Amino acid sequence: MATVKLTVDGVPVEVEAGSTVLKAAEKAGINIPTLCYLEGIHEVGACRVCVVDVGAKALQAACVAPVAEGMKVLTNTPAVRTARKTTVELILSNHPDNCPSCVRNLNCELQALAESLNIRGNRFEGARNEWTPDVSSHSIVRDPNKCILCRRCVSVCEKVQGVQAIGPINRGFNTVIAPAFGELLADSVCVNCGQCILVCPVGALYEKDGIAKTWAALSDPGKHVVVQTAPAVRVALGETQGGEPGEVVTGQMVAGLRRLGFDGVMDTDFTADLTILEEGTELIERLTKGGVLPMITSCSPGWIKFIEHFYPDLLPNLSTCKSPQQMFGALAKTFYAEKKGIDPASIFSVSIMPCTAKKFECERPEMRDSGYQDVDVVLTTRELGRMMKEAGIVLDKLPEEEYDPPMGLTTGAAVIFGATGGVCEAALRTVYEVVTKEPLKDVNFKFCRGLAGVKEAEVDLKGTKVKVAVSHSLSNARKVLDMVRAGNPNGWAFIEVMCCPGGCIGGGGQPIPTNTAIRQKRIDGTYTADERLAIRKSHENPAITAIYKEFLGQPLGHKSHELLHTKYTPRGRYRIRKEKAAD
Amino acid sequence: MAAKAESATGAKLKLAPGQPLPADLAKEIDVIIARYDGNPSSLINILHEVQKAVGFLPEPVLTHVAEKLGVSVADVHGVVSFYTLFSMKPKGKHRIAACKGTACYVRGAPRVLERIEKELGVKFGDTTEDAQFSLDIVRCLGACGLGPVAMVGDDVHARLKPDRIPAMLKPYR
Ligand code: SF4
Ligand code: SF4
Ligand code: SF4
Ligand code: FES
Repeated sequence: MATVKLTVDGVPVEVEAGSTVLKAAEKAGINIPTLCYLEGIHEVGACRVCVVDVGAKALQAACVAPVAEGMKVLTNTPAVRTARKTTVELILSNHPDNCPSCVRNLNCELQALAESLNIRGNRFEGARNEWTPDVSSHSIVRDPNKCILCRRCVSVCEKVQGVQAIGPINRGFNTVIAPAFGELLADSVCVNCGQCILVCPVGALYEKDGIAKTWAALSDPGKHVVVQTAPAVRVALGETQGGEPGEVVTGQMVAGLRRLGFDGVMDTDFTADLTILEEGTELIERLTKGGVLPMITSCSPGWIKFIEHFYPDLLPNLSTCKSPQQMFGALAKTFYAEKKGIDPASIFSVSIMPCTAKKFECERPEMRDSGYQDVDVVLTTRELGRMMKEAGIVLDKLPEEEYDPPMGLTTGAAVIFGATGGVCEAALRTVYEVVTKEPLKDVNFKFCRGLAGVKEAEVDLKGTKVKVAVSHSLSNARKVLDMVRAGNPNGWAFIEVMCCPGGCIGGGGQPIPTNTAIRQKRIDGTYTADERLAIRKSHENPAITAIYKEFLGQPLGHKSHELLHTKYTPRGRYRIRKEKAAD
Repeated sequence: MAAKAESATGAKLKLAPGQPLPADLAKEIDVIIARYDGNPSSLINILHEVQKAVGFLPEPVLTHVAEKLGVSVADVHGVVSFYTLFSMKPKGKHRIAACKGTACYVRGAPRVLERIEKELGVKFGDTTEDAQFSLDIVRCLGACGLGPVAMVGDDVHARLKPDRIPAMLKPYR
């Protein structure tokens, strides 16, 4: 491979031809500040915070400027320092001065940049935009007043998620990022995935608050407040208190939730196991009775809204299973209420999710099969972190505690729901044993794991060959769905789709930053948690056996259909104007 | 001639957001798109021609173009809102282009613009109820020495003062 030799602040480096100056500086151990740059996703050289002197007439943006043989890069000249400062001061001149009450206070790239550039005032005073924040969505709040127009959100929505819900409108000072025609996010094709929140450098994007309602319920003596925790929360919550990504904090999290005042602390993993029983049985039925194939998983609400908007013709391929969150919600106000002898009307059901789309999901009109709204409030991992901070709870100082019965016992199969490939692997662990009636020699289906965009394999169920595929991020889902539309040439019978890159561990409600390296660590943590559990197959979970015996009957039985399965809503791709057209 | 066709279509169209396009209009647009082989990189040219044919670019037209080119409405609206040459609102019979460039500005353009808005009862960027006038701000008409300057249709009006505006508009009313 051709390489290029250059110096950065006098330090000689050799890098691949075609590299950027930014990469070369990194290799030389020199830090160049960036703001709009997001490796692999958004490399447009827009903000000019990263300017350096490469010996050309004008300063160059290091994140896009290519290296050249013999180039002498200077990153710390008076001109460079002044240019960077001026750029950031100009951004700040149209930015609210309210860091202390901002959702990104102490975790904001702009704030950190202003600090590191030693900005102690602003020479510029000018007009400030006054936009009305868009609070229409159940999941995402957009506050254009804090937006610095870096457009990372636009790139991630388009390139990673293939949704293109938002884009820049107007020009110059009037530019704003919004759905087309300035419509509300709630009326757009936005699937609520929150990937835009994860990449936003500032506080312009954040989740719709669920904390206030949760505190209110917790302090209401008339409420029995139950909480469920999704698989991916336990490998990320620690990060909200400065812990290592991927560190498994399940026991401390349970203890912390008790201290926050929750009356029943249970696990979404329980209903993940239940999903495997229901979905596995559904798959076997479709395979043997000639149902619609390939069957596609349905646990990821961002993915569900995506297929409703963009591939409504493939809705019959979706499993009818509700997501584990909604199965849990429906059971909390029926099975759990009955078992505990509590009036379901007094139960307040909270779920802790790595996901912003789950906030939308719990408000869907069909998610009221218990006779009440099945899940009352969804909190993201970040929000739980904030509540714990507010309550002075330090995870490190807590003992490890166990979940409460009857929906607290879980398996390794359920834990891996949090990572891409996990649902497929968990399903295979059960389907294999149910179909072949033989125990698996090795429960690890390693082909399911890892960050490749689309993974495929053929599994031999002792004579019956089943082809499966796994995808994560919606741009990859598009690839898989286009193949299905084209007649499914690879003959897949079962497809796992997760909306977010890396699966739920990379969900839009996870701690910031969430990037590829951090995703990988959370995935590693997930499989460690799987290995540590005594039971690793859903159908061997005794609490699952018990709930079928005591309450549900059998998978796909009458009660299951009532409480655990759902229907989908085809949606258009363009706005349907609700108010009467003006004449 | 073109202006007449524009306002006629515009008045007839009354296309509200979310409404479907009339079939004949959709066909007209499809012919334009076909001339560019449905190539999304010709978006700007296509929009330009569609605007010429329709008179303006209301939301349902943009949605149709996006659908046919296989690009997102966010992209199409982004382009249309970026270039002042495109308009999502119907244009009036008489287009007023008032200059707010530096020279006109210092010679009193802001007060002149205000008066025009007051006389016609609409803001710049908009069209009057009766579709007679549409108001646009331009950055320079190349007549700086004569500022403040405005054009009504093809006529140049120079050295404007607020109290000269009613007289300026009268012949077009
Ligand atoms: S976005 Fe960052 S800089 Fe702006 S108010 Fe919030 S913390 Fe401060
Ligand atoms: S939540 Fe997802 S779909 Fe919605 S705007 Fe953000 S990235 Fe796009
Ligand atoms: S909302 Fe955030 S990510 Fe999107 S352009 Fe604004 S600052 Fe950048
Ligand atoms: S980081 Fe290089 S231009 Fe924004």
